[in-house]
Amino acid sequence: MSASSCYKNCQPASIGKKIIMALSGLVLAGFVFGHMIGNLTVFKGAAAINEYAEWLHAHPGLLWVARSVLIVSVIAHIWSGVLLTIENRIARAGGPAVEVTRQASLSSRTMPYSGVIILAFIVFHLLHFTFRKIALGGQEFGADVYKMIIAGFSQPAVALFYIASMILLCLHLSHGISSVFQTLGLRNQRWRGRLDVVATAYGWVIALGFISIPLAVLLGQLK
Amino acid sequence: MVKPSEQSSHDSERTLALRLRVWRQLRGGEGHFEEYSLAAVPVSASFLEMMDMLNEQLIREGKDTIAFDHDCREGICGMCSMTINGMPHGPIPGVTTCQLHMRNFRDGETITVEPWRARAFPVLKDLAVNRSAFDKVIQAGGFITVRTGSAPEANNTLIPKPIADEAMDAAECIGCGACVASCKNGSAMLFVGAKINHLNILPQGQPERERRTLAMVKTMDDAGFGNCTNYGECQAHCPKGITLDVIAKLNRDYLRARVKDFFSSTGKARKGGE
Amino acid sequence: MKLDAKIPAGPLADKWNNHKAKMRLVTPTNRRRYHIIVVGSGLAGSAAAASLAEMGYEVSCFCYQDSPRRAHSIAAQGGINAAKNYQNDGDSVRRLFLDTIKGGDYRAREANVYRLAQVSTSIIDQCVAQGVPFAREYGGLLANRSFGGAQVSRTFYARGQTGQQLLLGAYSALSRQIGAGTVKMYTRHEMLDLVLVEGQAKGIVTRDLVTGEIKAWASDVVVLCTGGYGNVFYLSTNAQGCNVTATFRAHRRGAGFANPCYSQIHPTCIPVHGEDQAKLTLMSESLRNDGRVWVPKNSADCAKPASEIPEEARDYFLERKYPSYGNLAPRDISSRAAKEVCDEGRGVGQVVDGKRLGVYLDFSAAIKRLGESAIRERYGNLFDMYENITGENAYRQPMRIFPAVHYTMGGLWVDYNLQSNIPGLFVGGEANFSDHGSNRLGASALMQGLADGYFVLPYTVTDYLAGVGLSGRPSVDRPEFKAVVKEVEERTHWFLNNNGNRSARSYHKELGKIVWEKCGMTRDKAGLEGAIRDLQALRDDFWKNIKVVGAGNQLAPELERAGRVADFLDFGIMMCLDALTREESCGGHFRTEYQEAGEAKRNDDTFAHAAVWEFKGEGNLPKRHTEPLTYEEVQLTTRSYK
Ligand SMILES: Cc1cc2nc3c(=O)[nH]c(=O)nc-3n(C[C@H](O)[C@H](O)[C@H](O)COP(=O)(O)OP(=O)(O)OC[C@H]3O[C@@H](n4cnc5c(N)ncnc54)[C@H](O)[C@@H]3O)c2cc1C
Ligand code: HEM
Ligand code: SF4
Ligand code: FES
Repeated sequence: MSASSCYKNCQPASIGKKIIMALSGLVLAGFVFGHMIGNLTVFKGAAAINEYAEWLHAHPGLLWVARSVLIVSVIAHIWSGVLLTIENRIARAGGPAVEVTRQASLSSRTMPYSGVIILAFIVFHLLHFTFRKIALGGQEFGADVYKMIIAGFSQPAVALFYIASMILLCLHLSHGISSVFQTLGLRNQRWRGRLDVVATAYGWVIALGFISIPLAVLLGQLK
Repeated sequence: MVKPSEQSSHDSERTLALRLRVWRQLRGGEGHFEEYSLAAVPVSASFLEMMDMLNEQLIREGKDTIAFDHDCREGICGMCSMTINGMPHGPIPGVTTCQLHMRNFRDGETITVEPWRARAFPVLKDLAVNRSAFDKVIQAGGFITVRTGSAPEANNTLIPKPIADEAMDAAECIGCGACVASCKNGSAMLFVGAKINHLNILPQGQPERERRTLAMVKTMDDAGFGNCTNYGECQAHCPKGITLDVIAKLNRDYLRARVKDFFSSTGKARKGGE
Repeated sequence: MKLDAKIPAGPLADKWNNHKAKMRLVTPTNRRRYHIIVVGSGLAGSAAAASLAEMGYEVSCFCYQDSPRRAHSIAAQGGINAAKNYQNDGDSVRRLFLDTIKGGDYRAREANVYRLAQVSTSIIDQCVAQGVPFAREYGGLLANRSFGGAQVSRTFYARGQTGQQLLLGAYSALSRQIGAGTVKMYTRHEMLDLVLVEGQAKGIVTRDLVTGEIKAWASDVVVLCTGGYGNVFYLSTNAQGCNVTATFRAHRRGAGFANPCYSQIHPTCIPVHGEDQAKLTLMSESLRNDGRVWVPKNSADCAKPASEIPEEARDYFLERKYPSYGNLAPRDISSRAAKEVCDEGRGVGQVVDGKRLGVYLDFSAAIKRLGESAIRERYGNLFDMYENITGENAYRQPMRIFPAVHYTMGGLWVDYNLQSNIPGLFVGGEANFSDHGSNRLGASALMQGLADGYFVLPYTVTDYLAGVGLSGRPSVDRPEFKAVVKEVEERTHWFLNNNGNRSARSYHKELGKIVWEKCGMTRDKAGLEGAIRDLQALRDDFWKNIKVVGAGNQLAPELERAGRVADFLDFGIMMCLDALTREESCGGHFRTEYQEAGEAKRNDDTFAHAAVWEFKGEGNLPKRHTEPLTYEEVQLTTRSYK
């Protein structure tokens, strides 16, 4: 393959894009699991979660490796997701006047939407907790992550947005995780049903794990 | 929907009056729906026989008939192609348009009939579309290279029965395109996967396995089909019961071919372009 | 008309090899300078086009469907014969040859049939190498079954879709050549005429069914593989588009048409359900292994549900008439027996056109003996298909079946090289008359199509091309081409503008009824004479009152149909004439006057020949010629299935 033809030929084929989608999705799905476990330390008390945050910041190398992988994954995921979605709209050419769905699940049909809202959430989330550009609850928290969380989620709007986003993440994952196996060629008729269950379960574990925190704050269990 | 077995044996005497909303379009023109009424359709008639009746009625009225593709009328040639009430090949799973019978419809029902809709299948006239993109995909690699007369003795290649059966499962695809028409992404992965699966699992298919996979996928993409996002509509509408398994295996073979291609070596230093 | 069969000299078993060794060749560098037109992409056409292109010729291939893969070969279910003797049950080339000759009721050419049996083994090798997923045994070897009453298991099969898989194999070979640019494929193109230059076939005229363009194509040789003419009967197991136009147009240009009256009727089809029916569906003959065929003894019982007819009031007529073969009596015999009982007014099922045309195929005894699940395992897909079409559950009530036209043995006359009497016009597959005599054995049409396409035409076409040399291809600007294009355009224009009032389909239906009644399972002199008169009248009416809607520059199904029906009408007359003049019964041709104790009575002294018809001008009856059939190796005997 000569260099000049690379532009055209290096654009991944449909399946290539799908594989990128799956691998990046898998990284993100793994990440959210780790992230959730980390967050759940909040239930062990302020000290535990602050220690966890400190530990992270004490290892900037590790943090940045993880962040780079995440950034690359997010970009790859969004890039291929956008391409897929646009190409598919064009390929469908409007579709039939009567639209019937026999098998496609709600989650599969809403992937781009759940994805975009999750993206919006991620941006907001980063601005809030990572860059601290949105000061919710008013104060400078310094190293006290615990206080920041409590302050943020004490605002019902923030907590509800967070909860809603997590439910969408659950939706996204309940198609996404099973899909990863299909895309990588690791699924068959026998396993499809089981993987769908695993994916949905995984989605709910992640979502409930994350949701438990704002819920606990709202219900006054975490102060 | 009436279960066929509950019918009396002489159901042919029962007839239906129908309203039909049919897509009309000339080659290169814009399309629209037109409505027709058709009376006295015997429930024993096939859907295409009902369309024949409608066409005969149009001829009597001096109007142009509705063009649609069909040939064998026994569910094997893959030529018939109608989206009936939003469902490619109509409401009965595992049945082609030509094998669909009118006893599955109600008296007085309005039936909407459309062509396959996908960018890669442009409408030729009314309900007939151009599916030559499928042929192009096969031409790119859907074969095993064997010159006439050069084949070895047939029983020299032992093929375990399960492998032969699996290849046959995939080879039952009739190339109708309902998978593309039902896919919300206009993707042809079920069709391509079926052919890849048929040839790539057989011992005879091994020498060209990677080449075939890459070439067929590339041609599929170039033809303007969409990308699979694992909806599963194709499987649910395929009249021959081809399953998503063939897509999973296509994905796997594609990945494998790509990796092999990436690490392939010619054994010689490359000089210039290829 | 000169009919030289060009059968090579020498012993039967060596003829083909000797002949191949003597045939002329074309050097590889010169091959691409020859242009070959192949019309048809079924087994014969795809195989021929792919093989010739592999050899290096420039090939153009035409079919009327939207893809070569949809040719009607796709519908063959049962299997393909080959003399591999994998089952060690005594099969051999010679035995397959003998069975085929006998099956054809001694009306086929010995040398051709022997060659067919010889190359049959290579077909299986070829198809397996292409990836055709034939049924296999657990050890990985190919499986076989016995088919159509054969005493050996020589039939290879791919579930119930053998034709589909073989065609997909040939289509893949063809596709490879299309991809490589050596075959130019023209789908949705219908051949509407043949062009002769100085007495040789040098091209065709087609209509692009999508754009309506009528165009001439020049070539060095034309190969027709356009299938059979079963649709002359309107209702048949053929596809809707199957037509006689390509071969009949060649006939009009001078090609002899052989044995048009030979058609095969298949006993196990789903009966006609109504006036608007357009197609009959075949169900595998294997059903007769476990089903018992009967009708009520008393015609008063015919309207009753089967369950209300007691055992003693049922007539198991095949078991009664043919005690040793019973329900497995050969196709033609079972078909005629079913027709007979229905004509007696003892048919069952829906009344169509004042008659009940159906007999029961009853599985209740087998279900009682083996259990429903065993029957389901054997025939589940057929029962499902039956239920889907008829709405009846054959586990609960007997199936109804009736014979239907299924295959046509007649076709364009060809010599041993598959060349017609027009030099440069070759004919392969069901379109020629060559190998099946007056009746075809099950599983041998697929064999013949592929034999012609892969293993005969590539040699014989090469021999012909070597003979005509490189300067043979005319330009389409020659007056011969222009004249034919003009004729086709005028006919098309006339159809589109005739101010008639009757649809092509209605003519086709009427034509079908006439030939089915008078030239179907049984024929007789008075009926055939009447049919010819009726058809002539129908033809005259057609050319006055045909109504064709649609536009010439778009897909125009009515225009296509009108052209095909026009040719079927003329052809139907020739078919009846052939049946009338063959004053004997043989194979699929049963003249009621010529029978002995209900069995077909051949007349070998007078009719051991192929009847070949020559076109004698518009509106005139064609002229009968004969090619005598001489049997050197085979003893002519009478079939008996009592
Ligand atoms: C239901 C059914 C079951 C059968 N089962 C068996 C079986 O089990 N075993 C067996 O041995 N045989 C069987 N047969 C018979 C066998 O399938 C056919 O005889 C054989 O396949 C014919 O092949 P062919 O290539 O000659 O023609 P076809 O496959 O019919 O191909 C004809 C080709 O010609 C083209 N064509 C026709 N007219 C024109 C035109 N005017 N212009 C351009 N193109 C044209 C068509 O597009 C098509 O490509 C069966 C037949 C039927 C109908
Ligand atoms: C934490 C965040 C996210 C996780 C864990 C995640 C996970 C996944 C997974 C596992 C898949 C399946 C890949 C496959 O089909 O094999 C997927 C698909 C997809 N994702 Fe995400 N994703 C996330 C964020 C996003 C974002 C931000 C977007 C959009 C902007 C997005 C859009 C999509 C789209 C369009 C698909 C393709 C749908 C499909 O192929 O069926 N995702 N995601
Ligand atoms: S995979 Fe199924 S739906 Fe798609 S072309 Fe083949 S038979 Fe038709
Ligand atoms: S017409 Fe052949 S599959 Fe429907």
